[in-house]
Amino acid sequence: MTMQATDTAVRESIVVNAPIERAFSVFTDGIATWWPPEHHILQAELAEMVFEPHVSGHVYDRGVDGSECRWARVLAYEPPNRLVFSWDINTQWQIETDPDKTSEVEVRFISDGQERTRVELEHRNLDRHGGGWENMRDAVGSPEGWRIGVQRFAAAAKAS
Amino acid sequence: MAANPALTVDGFTALGDPTRRDIFERLARGARAVGELAEELPVSRPAVSQHLKVLKDAGLVMDRPEGSRRLYQVDPDGVGALRAYLDRFWNQALTAFKGAVEQADAERGDEEVS
Repeated sequence: MTMQATDTAVRESIVVNAPIERAFSVFTDGIATWWPPEHHILQAELAEMVFEPHVSGHVYDRGVDGSECRWARVLAYEPPNRLVFSWDINTQWQIETDPDKTSEVEVRFISDGQERTRVELEHRNLDRHGGGWENMRDAVGSPEGWRIGVQRFAAAAKAS
Repeated sequence: MAANPALTVDGFTALGDPTRRDIFERLARGARAVGELAEELPVSRPAVSQHLKVLKDAGLVMDRPEGSRRLYQVDPDGVGALRAYLDRFWNQALTAFKGAVEQADAERGDEEVS
């Protein structure tokens, strides 16, 4: 895994042995069947995951107690080829309410014959979450401490 | 999918623990040694070390030697830590996705449902 400081995206791809329509459908409607179960920020036990199949819909988790966590907005919904949704989770792993501080995930489905589909995923604009953990500054509420911290980060970054 | 004990912890899990979140936020304010954190927090030094190991495995903090001790700090390139986390996350998620798609396909078999 090579990483460049200037790169603000991660990219992954996978080939699945299924027709493109099935791949798209499982990714969206069937999201609960594959989403890593430990990756939920709900306090309550997870009851279901919902992917609303239209632009300006949401992707959300619902807890057994009825609580909801809307962690993504659907920005593009073009079955069975393309999907874009926002990632409204900040670096403190809480819901980010300012859209300017959210990243986005684009998923492309490319048919490779009747029974094969290539799925390409790009999670981009990661710097919008506040590179250098800018969000932390507000969280810790100590401008002085933070300033010293930033200087140390800068020195460490320079040294490495 | 069986849990792989060798797999490093991800950022969600690492920061899901309140003590670890506290440690992480303290480190965001400046580099600290294990002993300093243990003095500031109501947990033992070995416990702090264990939490730091989890944060380090998750790619959220790094350590460096300074004299005779080790200083821990948040990865100076915050995007780097986030990328490292998401890179692992999506890799894991897409692998699970492939499993789910192909299983759904197999289950359909001759019992075609529309």
